[in-house]
Amino acid sequence: MGIDPASPQRLFQAVAWSALAALILTPLAGPTALDWSRVTLASSMERQILWELRLPRVLLAMLAGGCLSLAGALFQALLRDALATPYTLGVSSGAALGAVAAICLGWTQAFYLPAVWVAAFAGAAGALVIVLLIATEGNRMSSFTLLLAGVTINSMCLALILFLHNLAGFTQSFSISRWLMGGVDAVEYPALAWLSVITLAAAALVLRHARDWNLLAVGEDWASARGLSPRRLLLTGYLAGSVLTGAVTALTGPIGFVGLIVPHALRLRVGADHRVLMPCSFLVGAAFLAVCDALARTVLAPAEVPVGVITAMCGGPFFIWLLRTRRRSLWL
Amino acid sequence: MTLLRAQQAGYAYGACAVLEDLSFSLPAGQLVTIAGPNGAGKSTLLTMLAGLRADYRGHCFYRDREVRAWPRREFARDVSFVPQNVRIEFPFTAEQVVLMGRTPYCHGLFERGDDWRMVERALEMTDTVAFRKRDFRSLSGGERQRVVLASALAQEPQVLLLDEPAAFLDLQHQVALYELLRRLCRGGLLAVAVTHDLNLAAAYSDRVLLLHRGRLVEDSAPAEAFTRERIAEVFGVDAEVRQTLAGRPWIAYGN
Repeated sequence: MGIDPASPQRLFQAVAWSALAALILTPLAGPTALDWSRVTLASSMERQILWELRLPRVLLAMLAGGCLSLAGALFQALLRDALATPYTLGVSSGAALGAVAAICLGWTQAFYLPAVWVAAFAGAAGALVIVLLIATEGNRMSSFTLLLAGVTINSMCLALILFLHNLAGFTQSFSISRWLMGGVDAVEYPALAWLSVITLAAAALVLRHARDWNLLAVGEDWASARGLSPRRLLLTGYLAGSVLTGAVTALTGPIGFVGLIVPHALRLRVGADHRVLMPCSFLVGAAFLAVCDALARTVLAPAEVPVGVITAMCGGPFFIWLLRTRRRSLWL
Repeated sequence: MTLLRAQQAGYAYGACAVLEDLSFSLPAGQLVTIAGPNGAGKSTLLTMLAGLRADYRGHCFYRDREVRAWPRREFARDVSFVPQNVRIEFPFTAEQVVLMGRTPYCHGLFERGDDWRMVERALEMTDTVAFRKRDFRSLSGGERQRVVLASALAQEPQVLLLDEPAAFLDLQHQVALYELLRRLCRGGLLAVAVTHDLNLAAAYSDRVLLLHRGRLVEDSAPAEAFTRERIAEVFGVDAEVRQTLAGRPWIAYGN
Protein backbone atom coordinates (compact mmCIF):
# COMPACT_ATOMS: atom_id res chain seq x y z
CA MET A 1 0.00 0.00 0.00
CA GLY A 2 2.49 2.55 -1.12
CA ILE A 3 1.58 6.20 -0.97
CA ASP A 4 3.45 8.31 -3.46
CA PRO A 5 4.34 11.68 -1.86
CA ALA A 6 3.22 13.61 -4.93
CA SER A 7 -0.18 11.96 -5.06
CA PRO A 8 -1.77 13.55 -1.95
CA GLN A 9 -1.25 16.94 -3.55
CA ARG A 10 -2.76 15.88 -6.83
CA LEU A 11 -5.57 14.23 -4.94
CA PHE A 12 -6.14 17.35 -2.89
CA GLN A 13 -6.52 19.31 -6.10
CA ALA A 14 -8.96 16.79 -7.53
CA VAL A 15 -10.96 16.91 -4.32
CA ALA A 16 -11.05 20.72 -4.30
CA TRP A 17 -12.25 20.73 -7.92
CA SER A 18 -15.00 18.24 -7.18
CA ALA A 19 -16.23 20.37 -4.28
CA LEU A 20 -16.26 23.41 -6.54
CA ALA A 21 -18.10 21.47 -9.23
CA ALA A 22 -20.71 20.40 -6.66
CA LEU A 23 -21.14 24.02 -5.60
CA ILE A 24 -21.73 25.14 -9.17
CA LEU A 25 -23.73 22.20 -10.51
CA THR A 26 -26.02 21.07 -7.69
CA PRO A 27 -28.00 24.36 -7.52
CA LEU A 28 -29.21 23.48 -11.03
CA ALA A 29 -30.99 20.39 -9.80
CA GLY A 30 -34.46 20.72 -8.41
CA PRO A 31 -38.16 20.27 -9.08
CA THR A 32 -38.30 23.37 -11.32
CA ALA A 33 -35.99 23.54 -14.30
CA LEU A 34 -34.18 26.85 -14.45
CA ASP A 35 -34.24 28.86 -17.62
CA TRP A 36 -30.78 30.39 -17.73
CA SER A 37 -31.70 33.32 -19.91
CA ARG A 38 -33.95 34.55 -17.14
CA VAL A 39 -31.65 34.02 -14.16
CA THR A 40 -29.82 37.26 -14.76
CA LEU A 41 -33.04 39.25 -14.99
CA ALA A 42 -33.81 41.28 -11.91
CA SER A 43 -36.92 40.13 -9.99
CA SER A 44 -37.45 37.05 -12.15
CA MET A 45 -38.69 33.91 -10.47
CA GLU A 46 -35.61 31.98 -11.63
CA ARG A 47 -33.34 34.43 -9.97
CA GLN A 48 -35.29 34.19 -6.74
CA ILE A 49 -35.27 30.38 -6.78
CA LEU A 50 -31.54 30.26 -7.44
CA TRP A 51 -30.42 32.85 -4.91
CA GLU A 52 -32.96 32.44 -2.15
CA LEU A 53 -33.83 28.76 -2.29
CA ARG A 54 -31.23 26.69 -4.08
CA LEU A 55 -27.94 28.40 -3.29
CA PRO A 56 -28.39 28.76 0.50
CA ARG A 57 -29.62 25.20 0.59
CA VAL A 58 -26.58 23.92 -1.30
CA LEU A 59 -24.28 25.97 0.91
CA LEU A 60 -25.90 24.53 4.02
CA ALA A 61 -25.62 21.00 2.64
CA MET A 62 -21.94 21.54 1.84
CA LEU A 63 -21.16 23.06 5.21
CA ALA A 64 -23.04 20.27 6.98
CA GLY A 65 -21.43 17.51 4.92
CA GLY A 66 -17.96 18.96 5.41
CA CYS A 67 -18.36 19.42 9.15
CA LEU A 68 -19.88 15.99 9.76
CA SER A 69 -17.13 14.26 7.76
CA LEU A 70 -14.45 16.23 9.57
CA ALA A 71 -16.08 15.41 12.91
CA GLY A 72 -16.17 11.74 11.86
CA ALA A 73 -12.47 11.69 10.99
CA LEU A 74 -11.75 13.47 14.28
CA PHE A 75 -13.77 11.12 16.49
CA GLN A 76 -12.21 8.13 14.74
CA ALA A 77 -8.73 9.42 15.56
CA LEU A 78 -9.57 10.34 19.15
CA LEU A 79 -11.16 6.98 19.88
CA ARG A 80 -8.77 4.95 17.70
CA ASP A 81 -11.81 3.36 16.16
CA ALA A 82 -12.82 3.57 12.50
CA LEU A 83 -16.48 3.00 13.41
CA ALA A 84 -16.83 6.06 15.61
CA THR A 85 -18.88 8.87 14.09
CA PRO A 86 -21.12 11.62 15.48
CA TYR A 87 -24.10 9.46 14.55
CA THR A 88 -22.95 6.10 15.90
CA LEU A 89 -21.72 7.76 19.10
CA GLY A 90 -25.16 9.21 19.77
CA VAL A 91 -23.81 12.76 19.51
CA SER A 92 -26.19 13.63 16.66
CA SER A 93 -29.27 12.42 18.52
CA GLY A 94 -28.07 14.21 21.66
CA ALA A 95 -27.89 17.41 19.65
CA ALA A 96 -31.36 16.77 18.18
CA LEU A 97 -32.78 16.17 21.65
CA GLY A 98 -31.27 19.45 22.83
CA ALA A 99 -32.76 21.27 19.86
CA VAL A 100 -36.19 19.71 20.34
CA ALA A 101 -36.15 20.54 24.06
CA ALA A 102 -35.33 24.16 23.24
CA ILE A 103 -38.25 24.34 20.82
CA CYS A 104 -40.66 22.76 23.28
CA LEU A 105 -39.64 25.00 26.14
CA GLY A 106 -40.00 27.99 23.85
CA TRP A 107 -36.44 29.22 24.35
CA THR A 108 -35.41 31.67 21.70
CA GLN A 109 -32.09 33.08 22.75
CA ALA A 110 -29.21 32.02 24.95
CA PHE A 111 -25.77 33.69 25.18
CA TYR A 112 -26.70 35.99 22.26
CA LEU A 113 -27.10 32.94 20.00
CA PRO A 114 -30.27 31.15 18.90
CA ALA A 115 -31.23 28.92 21.84
CA VAL A 116 -31.65 25.94 19.52
CA TRP A 117 -27.96 26.07 18.64
CA VAL A 118 -26.79 26.33 22.22
CA ALA A 119 -29.14 23.53 23.28
CA ALA A 120 -28.00 21.37 20.35
CA PHE A 121 -24.36 21.84 21.38
CA ALA A 122 -25.19 21.06 25.01
CA GLY A 123 -27.07 17.93 23.89
CA ALA A 124 -24.17 16.82 21.69
CA ALA A 125 -21.60 17.34 24.44
CA GLY A 126 -23.85 15.68 27.02
CA ALA A 127 -24.42 12.58 24.89
CA LEU A 128 -20.68 12.33 24.19
CA VAL A 129 -19.76 12.55 27.87
CA ILE A 130 -22.30 9.85 28.79
CA VAL A 131 -21.16 7.49 26.02
CA LEU A 132 -17.48 7.94 26.91
CA LEU A 133 -18.19 7.36 30.60
CA ILE A 134 -20.05 4.14 29.80
CA ALA A 135 -17.33 2.82 27.50
CA THR A 136 -14.35 3.64 29.70
CA GLU A 137 -13.07 0.95 31.98
CA GLY A 138 -10.16 2.36 33.93
CA ASN A 139 -7.82 3.72 31.29
CA ARG A 140 -9.12 1.57 28.48
CA MET A 141 -12.00 2.01 26.13
CA SER A 142 -13.70 -0.89 24.43
CA SER A 143 -14.87 -0.10 20.93
CA PHE A 144 -17.60 -2.70 21.26
CA THR A 145 -19.02 -1.08 24.41
CA LEU A 146 -18.63 2.27 22.71
CA LEU A 147 -20.86 1.21 19.82
CA LEU A 148 -23.44 -0.34 22.12
CA ALA A 149 -23.45 2.75 24.33
CA GLY A 150 -23.91 4.90 21.23
CA VAL A 151 -26.86 2.80 20.06
CA THR A 152 -28.41 2.97 23.52
CA ILE A 153 -28.03 6.74 23.81
CA ASN A 154 -29.44 7.05 20.30
CA SER A 155 -32.63 5.21 21.13
CA MET A 156 -33.02 6.93 24.50
CA CYS A 157 -32.68 10.33 22.86
CA LEU A 158 -35.16 9.36 20.16
CA ALA A 159 -37.61 8.16 22.81
CA LEU A 160 -37.32 11.46 24.66
CA ILE A 161 -37.75 13.35 21.39
CA LEU A 162 -40.96 11.41 20.67
CA PHE A 163 -42.15 12.13 24.19
CA LEU A 164 -41.51 15.87 23.81
CA HIS A 165 -43.08 15.74 20.37
CA ASN A 166 -46.19 14.29 21.92
CA LEU A 167 -46.43 17.13 24.43
CA ALA A 168 -45.77 19.85 21.88
CA GLY A 169 -48.34 22.15 20.27
CA PHE A 170 -49.09 22.14 16.58
CA THR A 171 -46.49 24.65 15.35
CA GLN A 172 -43.82 23.23 17.63
CA SER A 173 -44.72 19.78 16.47
CA PHE A 174 -44.06 20.80 12.89
CA SER A 175 -40.59 22.17 13.67
CA ILE A 176 -39.78 19.05 15.66
CA SER A 177 -40.63 16.78 12.74
CA ARG A 178 -37.74 18.45 10.97
CA TRP A 179 -35.21 17.08 13.46
CA LEU A 180 -36.59 13.60 13.28
CA MET A 181 -35.98 13.40 9.55
CA GLY A 182 -32.69 15.15 9.13
CA GLY A 183 -32.61 17.23 6.01
CA VAL A 184 -31.36 20.49 4.65
CA ASP A 185 -33.82 23.21 3.88
CA ALA A 186 -33.59 26.68 2.51
CA VAL A 187 -32.06 28.79 5.26
CA GLU A 188 -31.75 32.52 5.58
CA TYR A 189 -28.35 33.96 4.87
CA PRO A 190 -27.77 35.43 8.38
CA ALA A 191 -28.27 31.99 9.97
CA LEU A 192 -25.95 30.51 7.37
CA ALA A 193 -23.34 33.16 8.11
CA TRP A 194 -23.51 32.44 11.84
CA LEU A 195 -23.21 28.73 11.25
CA SER A 196 -20.18 29.23 8.97
CA VAL A 197 -18.41 31.41 11.51
CA ILE A 198 -18.90 28.93 14.33
CA THR A 199 -18.18 25.74 12.40
CA LEU A 200 -15.30 27.08 10.34
CA ALA A 201 -13.62 28.30 13.54
CA ALA A 202 -14.00 24.82 15.04
CA ALA A 203 -12.80 23.23 11.78
CA ALA A 204 -9.74 25.51 11.71
CA LEU A 205 -8.91 24.47 15.27
CA VAL A 206 -9.19 20.82 14.31
CA LEU A 207 -7.03 21.22 11.19
CA ARG A 208 -4.39 23.18 13.11
CA HIS A 209 -3.85 20.09 15.27
CA ALA A 210 -3.91 17.69 12.30
CA ARG A 211 -0.39 16.42 13.04
CA ASP A 212 -1.27 15.78 16.68
CA TRP A 213 -4.27 13.62 15.76
CA ASN A 214 -1.84 11.31 13.94
CA LEU A 215 -0.02 10.58 17.17
CA LEU A 216 -3.20 10.35 19.22
CA ALA A 217 -4.60 7.89 16.66
CA VAL A 218 -1.69 5.58 17.53
CA GLY A 219 -2.05 5.93 21.29
CA GLU A 220 -2.05 8.30 24.23
CA ASP A 221 1.29 7.08 25.58
CA TRP A 222 2.69 7.27 22.06
CA ALA A 223 1.67 10.95 21.86
CA SER A 224 2.80 11.68 25.39
CA ALA A 225 6.25 10.12 24.77
CA ARG A 226 6.64 12.52 21.84
CA GLY A 227 5.98 15.62 23.85
CA LEU A 228 2.22 16.14 23.45
CA SER A 229 -0.35 16.47 26.22
CA PRO A 230 -2.99 13.85 25.36
CA ARG A 231 -5.52 15.02 27.93
CA ARG A 232 -5.56 18.58 26.69
CA LEU A 233 -5.69 17.40 23.07
CA LEU A 234 -8.56 15.00 23.78
CA LEU A 235 -10.49 17.77 25.49
CA THR A 236 -9.89 20.13 22.56
CA GLY A 237 -10.92 17.43 20.11
CA TYR A 238 -14.12 16.40 21.87
CA LEU A 239 -15.10 20.02 22.35
CA ALA A 240 -14.47 20.94 18.70
CA GLY A 241 -16.24 17.76 17.54
CA SER A 242 -19.28 18.59 19.66
CA VAL A 243 -19.38 22.15 18.31
CA LEU A 244 -19.17 20.90 14.71
CA THR A 245 -21.88 18.29 15.20
CA GLY A 246 -24.10 20.39 17.47
CA ALA A 247 -24.10 23.48 15.27
CA VAL A 248 -24.79 21.52 12.09
CA THR A 249 -27.46 19.36 13.69
CA ALA A 250 -29.27 22.44 15.03
CA LEU A 251 -29.95 23.49 11.43
CA THR A 252 -30.28 20.15 9.66
CA GLY A 253 -31.37 17.59 12.22
CA PRO A 254 -29.42 14.35 12.62
CA ILE A 255 -27.91 13.24 9.30
CA GLY A 256 -26.28 9.87 9.62
CA PHE A 257 -23.37 8.02 8.08
CA VAL A 258 -21.71 10.96 6.28
CA GLY A 259 -19.04 11.00 8.98
CA LEU A 260 -18.50 7.29 8.47
CA ILE A 261 -18.48 6.81 4.71
CA VAL A 262 -16.40 9.80 3.69
CA PRO A 263 -13.35 9.50 5.98
CA HIS A 264 -13.29 5.75 5.59
CA ALA A 265 -13.40 5.76 1.80
CA LEU A 266 -10.76 8.48 1.69
CA ARG A 267 -8.47 6.65 4.10
CA LEU A 268 -8.28 3.79 1.62
CA ARG A 269 -7.02 6.21 -1.00
CA VAL A 270 -4.92 8.89 0.78
CA GLY A 271 -3.79 6.94 3.83
CA ALA A 272 -4.13 7.88 7.46
CA ASP A 273 -2.15 11.13 7.68
CA HIS A 274 -4.70 13.55 9.10
CA ARG A 275 -2.98 16.52 7.49
CA VAL A 276 -4.19 15.15 4.15
CA LEU A 277 -7.17 13.12 5.30
CA MET A 278 -8.94 15.90 7.21
CA PRO A 279 -9.03 18.67 4.59
CA CYS A 280 -9.96 16.05 1.96
CA SER A 281 -12.73 14.71 4.22
CA PHE A 282 -14.12 18.20 4.63
CA LEU A 283 -14.22 18.88 0.89
CA VAL A 284 -15.44 15.46 -0.19
CA GLY A 285 -18.05 15.44 2.58
CA ALA A 286 -19.28 18.81 1.35
CA ALA A 287 -19.58 17.59 -2.24
CA PHE A 288 -21.12 14.29 -1.14
CA LEU A 289 -23.94 15.84 0.88
CA ALA A 290 -24.63 18.46 -1.81
CA VAL A 291 -25.06 15.65 -4.35
CA CYS A 292 -27.20 13.58 -1.95
CA ASP A 293 -29.41 16.60 -1.37
CA ALA A 294 -29.70 17.27 -5.11
CA LEU A 295 -30.90 13.66 -5.40
CA ALA A 296 -33.23 14.20 -2.45
CA ARG A 297 -35.09 16.99 -4.19
CA THR A 298 -35.23 15.44 -7.66
CA VAL A 299 -35.84 11.69 -7.22
CA LEU A 300 -39.48 12.04 -6.25
CA ALA A 301 -40.01 15.59 -7.55
CA PRO A 302 -42.11 17.54 -6.79
CA ALA A 303 -42.09 15.68 -3.44
CA GLU A 304 -38.86 15.63 -1.42
CA VAL A 305 -36.98 12.86 0.29
CA PRO A 306 -35.16 14.01 3.45
CA VAL A 307 -31.44 13.84 2.70
CA GLY A 308 -30.93 11.80 5.90
CA VAL A 309 -32.87 9.00 4.22
CA ILE A 310 -30.51 9.06 1.22
CA THR A 311 -27.33 9.04 3.34
CA ALA A 312 -28.78 6.25 5.48
CA MET A 313 -29.57 4.19 2.38
CA CYS A 314 -25.94 4.57 1.24
CA GLY A 315 -24.40 4.42 4.69
CA GLY A 316 -26.32 1.58 6.31
CA PRO A 317 -25.10 -1.16 3.95
CA PHE A 318 -21.61 0.36 4.02
CA PHE A 319 -21.58 0.22 7.81
CA ILE A 320 -22.67 -3.41 7.78
CA TRP A 321 -19.96 -4.26 5.27
CA LEU A 322 -17.42 -2.52 7.53
CA LEU A 323 -18.63 -4.44 10.57
CA ARG A 324 -18.33 -7.74 8.70
CA THR A 325 -14.82 -7.11 7.43
CA ARG A 326 -13.62 -5.71 10.71
CA ARG A 327 -15.27 -8.24 12.94
CA ARG A 328 -12.14 -10.17 13.76
CA SER A 329 -10.27 -7.16 15.12
CA LEU A 330 -13.40 -6.01 16.97
CA TRP A 331 -13.69 -9.13 19.05
CA LEU A 332 -10.00 -9.42 19.79
CA MET B 1 27.47 12.03 34.30
CA THR B 2 24.28 10.72 35.87
CA LEU B 3 21.27 10.99 33.58
CA LEU B 4 18.57 9.03 35.38
CA ARG B 5 18.33 8.71 39.13
CA ALA B 6 15.69 7.07 41.28
CA GLN B 7 15.44 7.83 44.97
CA GLN B 8 13.13 5.67 47.06
CA ALA B 9 10.90 5.55 44.01
CA GLY B 10 7.79 3.39 43.99
CA TYR B 11 4.52 2.86 42.21
CA ALA B 12 1.10 1.59 43.19
CA TYR B 13 -1.97 0.69 41.16
CA GLY B 14 -4.59 1.86 43.63
CA ALA B 15 -3.79 0.14 46.90
CA CYS B 16 -1.58 -2.47 45.25
CA ALA B 17 2.08 -1.47 45.40
CA VAL B 18 4.02 -2.94 42.47
CA LEU B 19 7.32 -1.13 43.02
CA GLU B 20 8.81 -0.10 46.33
CA ASP B 21 11.82 1.78 47.53
CA LEU B 22 13.97 1.73 44.38
CA SER B 23 17.19 3.71 44.40
CA PHE B 24 19.76 3.70 41.63
CA SER B 25 21.53 6.09 39.34
CA LEU B 26 22.33 5.49 35.68
CA PRO B 27 25.11 7.40 33.90
CA ALA B 28 25.42 8.26 30.22
CA GLY B 29 27.05 5.70 27.94
CA GLN B 30 25.72 2.55 29.57
CA LEU B 31 23.55 -0.26 28.29
CA VAL B 32 21.39 -1.26 31.24
CA THR B 33 19.09 -4.26 31.41
CA ILE B 34 16.08 -4.53 33.68
CA ALA B 35 15.32 -8.20 34.29
CA GLY B 36 13.02 -10.14 36.56
CA PRO B 37 10.09 -12.56 36.53
CA ASN B 38 6.59 -11.72 35.25
CA GLY B 39 4.87 -9.15 37.40
CA ALA B 40 8.08 -7.94 39.00
CA GLY B 41 7.30 -4.38 37.88
CA LYS B 42 9.78 -4.07 35.00
CA SER B 43 7.49 -2.35 32.50
CA THR B 44 6.02 -0.15 35.20
CA LEU B 45 9.51 1.04 36.12
CA LEU B 46 10.33 1.74 32.49
CA THR B 47 7.18 3.77 31.84
CA MET B 48 7.81 5.64 35.10
CA LEU B 49 11.24 6.66 33.86
CA ALA B 50 9.70 7.60 30.51
CA GLY B 51 7.48 10.14 32.26
CA LEU B 52 4.28 8.29 31.37
CA ARG B 53 3.29 7.75 35.00
CA ALA B 54 3.33 11.07 36.75
CA ASP B 55 1.79 9.63 39.93
CA TYR B 56 4.89 7.68 41.04
CA ARG B 57 6.03 7.83 44.67
CA GLY B 58 9.40 9.03 45.85
CA HIS B 59 11.66 10.67 43.31
CA CYS B 60 12.81 10.07 39.75
CA PHE B 61 15.23 12.54 38.32
CA TYR B 62 16.38 13.15 34.79
CA ARG B 63 19.40 15.45 34.84
CA ASP B 64 18.62 16.40 38.46
CA ARG B 65 15.13 17.56 37.63
CA GLU B 66 12.10 15.60 38.73
CA VAL B 67 10.76 13.63 35.73
CA ARG B 68 7.16 14.77 36.19
CA ALA B 69 8.28 18.40 36.45
CA TRP B 70 9.83 18.42 32.95
CA PRO B 71 7.86 20.13 30.18
CA ARG B 72 6.73 17.18 28.03
CA ARG B 73 8.09 18.53 24.76
CA GLU B 74 11.53 19.29 26.15
CA PHE B 75 11.65 15.90 27.86
CA ALA B 76 10.71 14.15 24.61
CA ARG B 77 13.72 15.67 22.86
CA ASP B 78 15.99 13.86 25.34
CA VAL B 79 14.18 10.71 26.39
CA SER B 80 12.43 8.36 24.02
CA PHE B 81 10.45 5.23 24.71
CA VAL B 82 10.01 2.05 22.67
CA PRO B 83 6.83 0.34 23.83
CA GLN B 84 6.10 -3.33 23.38
CA ASN B 85 3.70 -4.47 20.69
CA VAL B 86 2.37 -1.25 19.16
CA ARG B 87 -0.97 -1.74 17.40
CA ILE B 88 -2.30 0.82 14.97
CA GLU B 89 -5.86 0.92 13.74
CA PHE B 90 -5.24 3.14 10.70
CA PRO B 91 -3.21 2.74 7.48
CA PHE B 92 -0.09 4.71 8.42
CA THR B 93 3.01 3.81 6.45
CA ALA B 94 6.17 2.73 8.27
CA GLU B 95 7.76 6.02 7.24
CA GLN B 96 4.88 8.05 8.70
CA VAL B 97 5.27 6.16 11.98
CA VAL B 98 8.97 7.04 12.07
CA LEU B 99 8.19 10.64 11.14
CA MET B 100 6.07 10.96 14.26
CA GLY B 101 9.31 10.80 16.23
CA ARG B 102 10.12 14.30 14.98
CA THR B 103 7.08 15.79 16.75
CA PRO B 104 9.00 17.35 19.67
CA TYR B 105 11.09 19.31 17.14
CA CYS B 106 8.33 20.43 14.79
CA HIS B 107 6.73 23.84 14.93
CA GLY B 108 4.47 24.00 11.90
CA LEU B 109 2.11 21.43 10.52
CA PHE B 110 4.77 19.86 8.32
CA GLU B 111 8.30 18.50 8.72
CA ARG B 112 11.36 20.19 7.25
CA GLY B 113 14.60 19.00 5.66
CA ASP B 114 16.34 18.31 8.98
CA ASP B 115 13.46 16.14 10.09
CA TRP B 116 13.59 14.08 6.91
CA ARG B 117 17.36 13.62 7.27
CA MET B 118 16.92 12.22 10.79
CA VAL B 119 14.15 9.93 9.58
CA GLU B 120 16.41 8.71 6.81
CA ARG B 121 19.17 7.93 9.32
CA ALA B 122 16.79 6.18 11.70
CA LEU B 123 15.45 4.01 8.86
CA GLU B 124 18.96 3.03 7.85
CA MET B 125 20.10 2.25 11.41
CA THR B 126 17.20 -0.11 11.95
CA ASP B 127 17.35 -1.74 8.51
CA THR B 128 13.79 -0.67 7.68
CA VAL B 129 14.39 1.31 4.48
CA ALA B 130 13.07 -1.53 2.33
CA PHE B 131 9.52 -1.32 3.66
CA ARG B 132 9.25 2.37 4.49
CA LYS B 133 6.24 2.86 2.20
CA ARG B 134 4.34 -0.18 3.41
CA ASP B 135 1.28 -0.13 5.65
CA PHE B 136 2.51 -0.57 9.23
CA ARG B 137 -0.27 -3.07 9.89
CA SER B 138 0.93 -5.35 7.11
CA LEU B 139 4.40 -5.75 8.67
CA SER B 140 5.49 -8.74 10.74
CA GLY B 141 5.95 -8.37 14.49
CA GLY B 142 9.71 -8.01 14.17
CA GLU B 143 9.47 -5.47 11.37
CA ARG B 144 7.03 -3.40 13.40
CA GLN B 145 9.34 -3.55 16.37
CA ARG B 146 12.18 -2.12 14.27
CA VAL B 147 9.96 0.63 12.85
CA VAL B 148 8.94 1.63 16.37
CA LEU B 149 12.62 1.67 17.35
CA ALA B 150 13.36 3.88 14.34
CA SER B 151 10.60 6.26 15.45
CA ALA B 152 12.23 6.52 18.89
CA LEU B 153 15.70 7.06 17.35
CA ALA B 154 14.30 9.86 15.17
CA GLN B 155 13.76 11.75 18.44
CA GLU B 156 17.59 12.01 18.76
CA PRO B 157 17.43 10.75 22.34
CA GLN B 158 20.03 10.97 25.11
CA VAL B 159 18.16 8.22 26.91
CA LEU B 160 16.46 5.34 25.11
CA LEU B 161 14.00 3.22 27.12
CA LEU B 162 12.99 -0.08 25.51
CA ASP B 163 10.33 -2.57 26.58
CA GLU B 164 11.32 -6.04 25.36
CA PRO B 165 12.78 -4.72 22.13
CA ALA B 166 13.97 -8.13 20.99
CA ALA B 167 10.78 -10.06 21.72
CA PHE B 168 9.68 -10.48 18.11
CA LEU B 169 13.07 -10.32 16.43
CA ASP B 170 14.83 -13.19 14.70
CA LEU B 171 18.34 -14.05 15.83
CA GLN B 172 20.03 -11.88 13.21
CA HIS B 173 18.00 -8.83 14.14
CA GLN B 174 18.33 -9.50 17.87
CA VAL B 175 22.09 -9.36 17.49
CA ALA B 176 21.85 -6.37 15.14
CA LEU B 177 19.66 -4.53 17.64
CA TYR B 178 22.01 -5.08 20.56
CA GLU B 179 25.08 -4.26 18.45
CA LEU B 180 23.33 -1.02 17.47
CA LEU B 181 22.49 -0.24 21.10
CA ARG B 182 26.07 -0.95 22.15
CA ARG B 183 27.38 1.34 19.40
CA LEU B 184 25.00 4.13 20.36
CA CYS B 185 25.97 3.75 24.01
CA ARG B 186 29.65 4.19 23.13
CA GLY B 187 28.55 7.49 21.64
CA GLY B 188 27.11 8.57 24.99
CA LEU B 189 23.56 7.24 24.90
CA LEU B 190 22.01 5.70 27.99
CA ALA B 191 19.93 2.69 26.92
CA VAL B 192 17.65 0.93 29.40
CA ALA B 193 16.02 -2.25 28.13
CA VAL B 194 13.56 -4.60 29.78
CA THR B 195 14.18 -8.14 28.65
CA HIS B 196 13.35 -11.74 29.47
CA ASP B 197 16.32 -13.05 27.54
CA LEU B 198 18.96 -13.34 30.24
CA ASN B 199 21.69 -14.47 27.84
CA LEU B 200 21.14 -11.51 25.56
CA ALA B 201 21.29 -9.28 28.63
CA ALA B 202 24.42 -11.02 29.86
CA ALA B 203 26.15 -10.75 26.50
CA TYR B 204 25.57 -7.06 25.89
CA SER B 205 24.66 -5.09 28.98
CA ASP B 206 27.06 -3.14 31.13
CA ARG B 207 24.75 -3.42 34.05
CA VAL B 208 21.76 -5.39 35.25
CA LEU B 209 18.93 -4.21 37.47
CA LEU B 210 17.23 -7.31 38.82
CA LEU B 211 13.70 -6.80 40.10
CA HIS B 212 11.92 -9.26 42.32
CA ARG B 213 8.46 -8.68 43.80
CA GLY B 214 8.69 -4.95 43.23
CA ARG B 215 12.08 -4.52 44.84
CA LEU B 216 15.54 -4.03 43.44
CA VAL B 217 17.54 -7.09 44.50
CA GLU B 218 20.60 -6.61 42.33
CA ASP B 219 22.32 -3.68 40.65
CA SER B 220 25.62 -4.80 39.19
CA ALA B 221 27.53 -6.09 36.17
CA PRO B 222 26.05 -9.22 34.53
CA ALA B 223 28.78 -11.50 35.91
CA GLU B 224 27.86 -10.56 39.47
CA ALA B 225 24.11 -10.38 38.92
CA PHE B 226 23.60 -13.72 37.18
CA THR B 227 24.82 -16.26 39.71
CA ARG B 228 23.27 -19.66 40.22
CA GLU B 229 21.95 -18.64 43.65
CA ARG B 230 20.45 -15.39 42.43
CA ILE B 231 18.67 -17.05 39.50
CA ALA B 232 17.27 -19.73 41.78
CA GLU B 233 16.08 -17.10 44.23
CA VAL B 234 14.51 -14.71 41.72
CA PHE B 235 13.27 -17.00 38.95
CA GLY B 236 12.91 -20.26 40.90
CA VAL B 237 14.90 -22.10 38.25
CA ASP B 238 17.93 -24.27 38.80
CA ALA B 239 20.34 -23.11 36.12
CA GLU B 240 23.94 -23.65 35.34
CA VAL B 241 26.00 -20.51 34.85
CA ARG B 242 28.97 -20.89 32.52
CA GLN B 243 31.33 -18.38 31.05
CA THR B 244 31.67 -17.48 27.39
CA LEU B 245 35.03 -16.83 25.69
CA ALA B 246 34.31 -13.10 25.99
CA GLY B 247 34.11 -13.52 29.77
CA ARG B 248 30.36 -13.07 29.90
CA PRO B 249 28.08 -15.35 31.92
CA TRP B 250 26.01 -17.89 29.97
CA ILE B 251 22.94 -19.31 31.62
CA ALA B 252 22.03 -22.85 30.67
CA TYR B 253 18.94 -24.61 31.94
CA GLY B 254 16.76 -27.59 31.25
CA ASN B 255 19.55 -30.13 31.74
